[in-house]
Amino acid sequence: MADSKLPPGFADLEPFVEAWCLDSEPERYAKRLASTMDEIQTFYDAIFPRAEEAIVHLEQFPLDELPDDALRLLKLLYSLILVSFAVEIWRQPYIPDTGTASFDLKLEPTP
Amino acid sequence: MQQARKAPLQYPKPPEGTWTEHYSELGTAPVSYESMVSPEFFQLEREAIFKRAWLNVGRVEQLRRKGAFFTKELGVARTSLIVVRGMDDQIRAFHNVCRHRGNKLVWTDHPAEEIGGTCRQFACKYHGWRYDLDGRCSFILQESEFFGIDKADYGLVPVHCDVWQGFVFVNLAKEPEQTLTEFLGPMITAIDYPFEKLTERYYYRGDIRSNWKVFLDAFQEFYHPPILHGHQNPVMSQAEYKDQGFYTMHFQADGPHRVGSTSGGAGGLLPPQMYNPIELVMRSGLFGPWDPSEIVTTELPPGLNPGNKKRWGLDSFQIFPNFAIVFWETGWYLTYHYWPVAHDRLIFEANAYFAPPRNVRERLAQQLGIATIKEYALQDCGTLEATQMGLESRVLPATPLGDQEFMCRHLHKVVHDWVDDYRRSRAEG
Repeated sequence: MADSKLPPGFADLEPFVEAWCLDSEPERYAKRLASTMDEIQTFYDAIFPRAEEAIVHLEQFPLDELPDDALRLLKLLYSLILVSFAVEIWRQPYIPDTGTASFDLKLEPTP
Repeated sequence: MQQARKAPLQYPKPPEGTWTEHYSELGTAPVSYESMVSPEFFQLEREAIFKRAWLNVGRVEQLRRKGAFFTKELGVARTSLIVVRGMDDQIRAFHNVCRHRGNKLVWTDHPAEEIGGTCRQFACKYHGWRYDLDGRCSFILQESEFFGIDKADYGLVPVHCDVWQGFVFVNLAKEPEQTLTEFLGPMITAIDYPFEKLTERYYYRGDIRSNWKVFLDAFQEFYHPPILHGHQNPVMSQAEYKDQGFYTMHFQADGPHRVGSTSGGAGGLLPPQMYNPIELVMRSGLFGPWDPSEIVTTELPPGLNPGNKKRWGLDSFQIFPNFAIVFWETGWYLTYHYWPVAHDRLIFEANAYFAPPRNVRERLAQQLGIATIKEYALQDCGTLEATQMGLESRVLPATPLGDQEFMCRHLHKVVHDWVDDYRRSRAEG
């Protein structure tokens, strides 16, 4: 498939690439806050059961030599990590009782 | 019949019966929190503490090459610093001020923002005066228009700078009262850790509306986690912790510094229902990656686990005044910096350092670890702004501190000692 964005076998996750394949933690966190719980739950339900398979696929590459499609899959897993708290713990996008406090990841390694 | 509830693990205390009484100078009375809400006291702290103590401003890995530099905003001392590795490989610090008309020398776009990079010299944006990396003034535009000026008299204003275990410290005093090694003392300098191998850095920054000590206190006691963070995972929400509290294994103080050690995260060893689903997939969580990094050997690095406890999980070393290093059993570390801005505001920095991941699985474990830090820290941030509001009401005469809050009591004692000492030396002239 010429225009597939994810590695073969992960076509079911293609619909989430546009929204959840993000480059940095601040973008991922902002996306979580800007999403409804329905949107977050739909993404989580689609990717969580595929996470182990995705990791096994990604493990075959050195971290700094991931092909583009694999890199996109990895970024989806990063988004899964950030939304997991909303789904598994808070049942809402934001952390309770955090008011207007901010705590932003200014530097993170890539990929 | 209801089963008897498991009691939380407790640990032996010193012969005096409590950690607090073991350090008898601390006393056991409620502690005044006036220093948390007083703008006047904050002015004293600027002079008595932040312009006298050694302050950590970064690590040598931020200055790998000759000419590498970063700027550090020290609002607490109303200055900005340039920290730079010279052509002679020496790391130096200077006030970030052009000697000509006082313009801030190194910055880009926003004068109050920190920057870093690599260069051969520093040039002022205003009138083009230039400085070598060792601070010497190397160029004055239209030098002959000035009156008897000698470039040798116009080097950057230096700041005392020294390095311990790769941590770059500065001291803003004209003449520091102690060397860095003397200041750090035997408990801290006993630490010999492979910091240089943990180069994978994640850097968080927050701007918080609370006194720096209100904030720091939350990060130096393990009394609050089962309550404030009690919903974060099943381990935290265990009834025995919620009802009966969590106990720190070991406390120790040495001069102005202190450490608390606790048990570990038992990553992966508890029944699966004790973990959030994501933790089981990523093999990571609050205590970071479950699987030990390559630096972990059968021998713990010197200086760690100073109480020599079994089932040791972490050390939280609090280096006076505003720097902490937390060592975790699976071979990574965190640093915290609490930079006061005003009596009711601070910049909070957290840096997590890991070994470079060997594969995607290790990267993901790091990602979940640092994401978990944020979920906890933001709860602390919100709550501590609420604490500041409560204290600002000034309805409380003093605050009772329990033995599990030993480190809070110790910090307040040291802060008051340093401020009293400064007041005394000023009075004596």
